[in-house]
Amino acid sequence: MPSSTTPAPLSGAAPRGRGGNRLAGRGARIELIDLSKRYGDFAAVDEVSLVVEPGEFMTLLGPSGSGKTTTLNIVAGFVGPTSGSLKVDGAAIESTPAHKRDMGVVFQHYALFPHLTVAENIAYPLKRRGIPKARRAELIGTALDTVHLGEYGHRYPRELSGGQQQRVAVARAIVYSPRVLLMDEPLGALDKKLRDWLQLEIKRIHAQLGTTFVYVTHDQEEALVLSDRIAVFNHGRIEQVGPAGELYERPGTLFVAKFLGESTVLRGDTTRDGDGSAVGVCARTLRAPGHIEGPRAAIIVRPERLAVRPAGDRPEPGWNALPATVAGEIYLGSSRKLELTLPDGSPALVREQAGALSDVRKGDEVTLTWRVEDSVLLPDDPDVEAVFT
Amino acid sequence: MSTSAPLRQAPETSMSTPRRRTPAVGTSRLGRGLLWGLCGIVGLWLIVPVLVVIPLSFTGKPSLKFPPDSWSTRWYANFFADTAWTSALWTSVEVALLVTVVATALGTAAALGLTRARVRGLGAAQGAMLAPMIVPGVVLAIGTYSVFLKLQLVGTLAGFVMAHTVLALPFVMIPVTASLRGFDRRLENAAASLGAGSWTTFRSVTLPLVAPGVASGALFAFVTSFDEVVVSLFIQSPYLQTLPVKMYASVTRETDPTIAAAATMIIVLTTTLVFTATFFVARRNRAQ
Ligand SMILES: Nc1ncnc2c1ncn2[C@@H]1O[C@H](COP(=O)(O)OP(=O)(O)O)[C@@H](O)[C@H]1O
Ligand SMILES: [Mg+2]
Repeated sequence: MPSSTTPAPLSGAAPRGRGGNRLAGRGARIELIDLSKRYGDFAAVDEVSLVVEPGEFMTLLGPSGSGKTTTLNIVAGFVGPTSGSLKVDGAAIESTPAHKRDMGVVFQHYALFPHLTVAENIAYPLKRRGIPKARRAELIGTALDTVHLGEYGHRYPRELSGGQQQRVAVARAIVYSPRVLLMDEPLGALDKKLRDWLQLEIKRIHAQLGTTFVYVTHDQEEALVLSDRIAVFNHGRIEQVGPAGELYERPGTLFVAKFLGESTVLRGDTTRDGDGSAVGVCARTLRAPGHIEGPRAAIIVRPERLAVRPAGDRPEPGWNALPATVAGEIYLGSSRKLELTLPDGSPALVREQAGALSDVRKGDEVTLTWRVEDSVLLPDDPDVEAVFT
Repeated sequence: MSTSAPLRQAPETSMSTPRRRTPAVGTSRLGRGLLWGLCGIVGLWLIVPVLVVIPLSFTGKPSLKFPPDSWSTRWYANFFADTAWTSALWTSVEVALLVTVVATALGTAAALGLTRARVRGLGAAQGAMLAPMIVPGVVLAIGTYSVFLKLQLVGTLAGFVMAHTVLALPFVMIPVTASLRGFDRRLENAAASLGAGSWTTFRSVTLPLVAPGVASGALFAFVTSFDEVVVSLFIQSPYLQTLPVKMYASVTRETDPTIAAAATMIIVLTTTLVFTATFFVARRNRAQ
């Protein structure tokens, strides 16, 4: 579809998508090229480049103030970029006004029209597109069924709960089969239980429609549940883009490692050591694959990669080892977390699966071990602590 | 005419002073009694002219003696039999309706611009538009008169509408601005994302949601024009007079109780308008 100058009219028979939903359409490819948004001297979005593939579920993840909403608003057309360009299916759209972009947007605070009923809210985009009344009724029915609110058409938004209102907002944003659906922390105002359920609903709707989704959240668990790929934002820039597994196993920066999932961070001076590097931590030498620029390094190890052994155990070849003291344990049913303290006072975290629990207790002296190849070597970044403490 | 004074105060006070909690004084029995007494006196003070005028309009004698010692409706009959009175009434209604339309449209547009534009001198622009509320009527009247003389607008319908629109503008801008402040602008982004251009968004989302403010602005515009007397005295001609001007002329020349009948009708009309509007706005607010 070229960059349409009017909202794309719905064809009589929308193509059936993967899940056979009647609202299904084809997702668009979105390209952000060196996009920046400055407010005075401050760059809210700083040279962001990102490609979202057709039908992909892309999450923009980052702490509050990292530029996610501004980026999404540039894509939606609510905010004009200071520089850079934006393409949808290859056509530049920076100068296309929001109402001609044919994108669906779901806002954190629902943004339902309070003076219109649920059905009238959902009819709103259809009227703008000149859809005849009979077809409108049909589409509204389908959209409400998709979000399981079939009976609520005649209610006013104020008569619905927060979760129901957000589902109406989703129905309103998908009823015209937009080629892109943008969501800005849509579950941010809801309680945990409702959020978990609605996450699955959103995932199901994405699978049914085949539309390209761009989803903003600061909640890493939510990002892991939903996304095909995640773009991690920090200070207006993208630190890393990739599937959740890749970000978790091979974080590119210390910030990404700490923002996504739990980890133990071991800092020290590094030197080259054959194929890998040697890092001095707590008067011991640890090894890690690969090299980095600069003298200060941080080794990241995920908790399930760490194991505890009796104190004094010598490391086998290909393993790292550090002495540690058990500071606490958290029993989680299917697993157990051990909190350890290293000789320099820094914390370490071990996760043991049920059935493979060691018999250590709080106060025990132990040896912490892990494979050299499970160490992720990254340049140290002193700024990161500020974000997480 | 006395009816409009407290009305005019209403939007001004609710706007310019952010709503404050009443301080915790006067909670004692004595304090509360004193407060009630004071309110009673102020209320009485405001309403006494009305309590005099209404009985006076039903007097049986051709004098303005109060209290009347006989009763009749002859002054109402007199009002409607005399074309000088009825044409003045008609002129007033016509001017007030036109002013309502023009001032509501302009005042709403001005309020939108002033709440949203990001340019220098916004405060000055707002001050200029609210000035007619503060500048003494006589000053405005003289200025208007001298300009209208040059433009040959004295004694014309267009002249009355223009002059009254200037006076009515602040009374539209204030309630509309208050409504706009409470309006969630994210709804406009939502409308845009759904395919509505800026005019459609205004018509289908913004306007319906600030309608109570616009409606009360329209009402104040009507009332402002309908009982305006100072400026109107200057720009009238013997051929085109509004009702208050005719009343003023009448009371200075003769002591004819027809004027009391006219005043009573103005009171009834304006209070009916205000009460109906208040009722509808209150019902709407409860619904939302
Ligand atoms: N209109 C604006 N004027 C000035 N600064 C802004 C404006 N909008 C956003 N910012 C700033 O830009 C930064 C990024 O904001 P935002 O995109 O909302 O972050 P996020 O959605 O990741 O929390 C914040 O520091 C915010 O204060
Ligand atoms: Mg945000």
